[in-house]
Amino acid sequence: MPSPAPEGRQATTMTLEAFADTIVPGEKRSPDDRAIAGATTGGGAVQAGALELLEWDATGLSEALDDLASALDVHAGALAAEHGLTLDEDVPPFVALPFEHRTELVQRLTLPGNPEKPLWVSLALFCNMAFDSAAHMHTADAIAQGHPGLLALGIEKPGPDGLWRFDHYSYGRPLARLHPDTTPSGSPA
Amino acid sequence: MTSTERTDVLVIGSGFGGAIAAYHLAAGGAKVVVLERGPWLTGEDFDQDFKLGSSYTRAFDFVVGEGMSILGGNCVGGGSVVYFAAMPRAPRFVFERHGSIGRRMWPAAVNRDTLDPWYDRVAESIPIHQNTWNDVSYAGGLWAAACNHAGRTANPVPAAIDPTQCVNCNWMMAGCRFDAKKSLLFTYLPAALAHGAQIRPLHEVQHITRTDDGAYQVHYQIVDDEDYRITTGSGTIEAKIIVLAAGAGATPVILQRSEPHLGTMPNAVGRYFSGNGERLNTAIINEDRVREVLGLERENGLAYEANQIGKGPVVANWDRLDGSLPEFERFSLEQLYFPPGLGTILAQVPGAEGISWFGVDKKEILKRWRSWLIIFQMIEDNNEGVFGPPPARGNADRLSQQMLGVGRLRYDPTPQTLRAWALADAECKDILERDGLAEVAAWTNDVVGAYTVHPLSSCRIGDDPATSALDDRHELRGHPGIFVTDGSAVPGALTVNPAMTISALAERAIPGIVAAAQERGIDVTYGAPAPNGGVAARRAAAPLVPELMRR
Repeated sequence: MPSPAPEGRQATTMTLEAFADTIVPGEKRSPDDRAIAGATTGGGAVQAGALELLEWDATGLSEALDDLASALDVHAGALAAEHGLTLDEDVPPFVALPFEHRTELVQRLTLPGNPEKPLWVSLALFCNMAFDSAAHMHTADAIAQGHPGLLALGIEKPGPDGLWRFDHYSYGRPLARLHPDTTPSGSPA
Repeated sequence: MTSTERTDVLVIGSGFGGAIAAYHLAAGGAKVVVLERGPWLTGEDFDQDFKLGSSYTRAFDFVVGEGMSILGGNCVGGGSVVYFAAMPRAPRFVFERHGSIGRRMWPAAVNRDTLDPWYDRVAESIPIHQNTWNDVSYAGGLWAAACNHAGRTANPVPAAIDPTQCVNCNWMMAGCRFDAKKSLLFTYLPAALAHGAQIRPLHEVQHITRTDDGAYQVHYQIVDDEDYRITTGSGTIEAKIIVLAAGAGATPVILQRSEPHLGTMPNAVGRYFSGNGERLNTAIINEDRVREVLGLERENGLAYEANQIGKGPVVANWDRLDGSLPEFERFSLEQLYFPPGLGTILAQVPGAEGISWFGVDKKEILKRWRSWLIIFQMIEDNNEGVFGPPPARGNADRLSQQMLGVGRLRYDPTPQTLRAWALADAECKDILERDGLAEVAAWTNDVVGAYTVHPLSSCRIGDDPATSALDDRHELRGHPGIFVTDGSAVPGALTVNPAMTISALAERAIPGIVAAAQERGIDVTYGAPAPNGGVAARRAAAPLVPELMRR
């Protein structure tokens, strides 16, 4: 017997995870992971903490998450109907969409001229920030804990006092001719 | 009943335009109060941290508009605290621009020659270092070498950074932890305080009214220190002179909101906004080709992989700053650093067909972030920005507790601007894709519109009342005693970083503000030295002062 479709908070979480995974895709957390499509290897926005960031009231989105997830699922249902897809009812409609159609829907929702664009761009912005800057964590802690986004970007570790300093920073030699019309103080003439 | 607080001069905003005015007027003897919307942060307050709530989100604002989004300072010291400190002067041809108004945009009184003495005053007041090749970061060096390989020139850029204190951490957008960036916190602002000026952080001005005797009342709200969506009080201060310097994304909004009280605003208030023609390109560097073609190698054997290292922009290509070229074909290309957080989402995948700012391929280029080289274009845009009716408070509907809000700016680029960006994109590609050095793609304008870190021109000076909100001495047309001295006063895109020009214009505006203050009975004189006591530039500018003080 199939398990009942998730409802309430669980459904919201799955739908938002699937959205975050569309922005910065990752690998499945387990073989039966439905929210993450598994479109790529390594951690993506979900593993990077997208839900943790979105649920923090500092973002200004936390109160709206249920509505955003519901709206996304409605759009997903419409897209599926348009393509003649039959969606698995065990999971919310957006989660049931194949990755390519999740991507297509997010592209449509964030196109210039879409009246809902600001909402979906905001959601995408924080999903991306969870990955590229771990905005829900102190950066030094995130690196120390192996945050998948900061590691993927290759951000250097700070020094022992938690601050970044680079002793080596320059090739240290002239690398081009200066523009002939440069003033003595270094400005364009 | 409590009486309204009174001062001689009320300055709105503490960035370049506000700080310079506050210093000179306080030093000249006026009672000065500065209201600043953001917090007052210094030294150890400046975190190296991307967590929401760190100085990175406390000290600046990202305001999303329709077709253009603005990144601006939001703290005592304004843009000077969060900027990258590049301080070039604007090239001569800029002052002769016509844009689309059929006449010179700048007032007849202002050109490079007449502004140079005021640039000199700024240069005497803010320590500006001419970067040498030894100061140039790997990213700047790579850009220089690529330019050279393509037969172009490249210049280390003058910057308000002390290289002996700089650790090349590239965190300067969150404020400089090491006091190496010589922001206004080290120059005009302490000098203003020493002369008795008061600076009040977290005071967000909403609108201005007029009193029966021709003075002004400034109405503000007090903003919560952590959650800027919350206000905790309000107040009013009366002043004889108002210096409005809230930044080009906020100054026109305050005036729009004041219009029902003050009467009709000049047509150009909230119009002619320029994003300084800015646009970003990301080059994904081929490390092997950099070593083979350019012969570059770091101390650790790597060719580059140094996106994170440095101090913002240090090298610019100025070959297209050629006054003999037609307008809208002149631009500079400056190497830049943009931190994660807001610095990756708009990057697109080189060579991708269709939308590529998110998804599988985007993640692949994020994994090569260490090999990114970001190039900052500053073209001549066409002053397309227009502000819609103001929001309930401030200049945006705040979404997040800090940093992120939705404003009312609409920017629909004209064909001239689009073509100029296309020319600059092509030049970037020609330089960086040569011999396989890199693959280049522009940042998308489809997500948050174009993106400017240097908002300008939304309340500009000029000679033509129809197309300029301010006269050539920065006084708001039809509203005597209100002066605007921030980036909104600059008539148009400058093709270089604008802080030096904003500051020079503010220095030039001071004699006129002093004369207006004297006329209103304020006991104030003009003639303060540089904040550090230097007098050479003051002496050189002295012959220009009487004309600027003539009322």
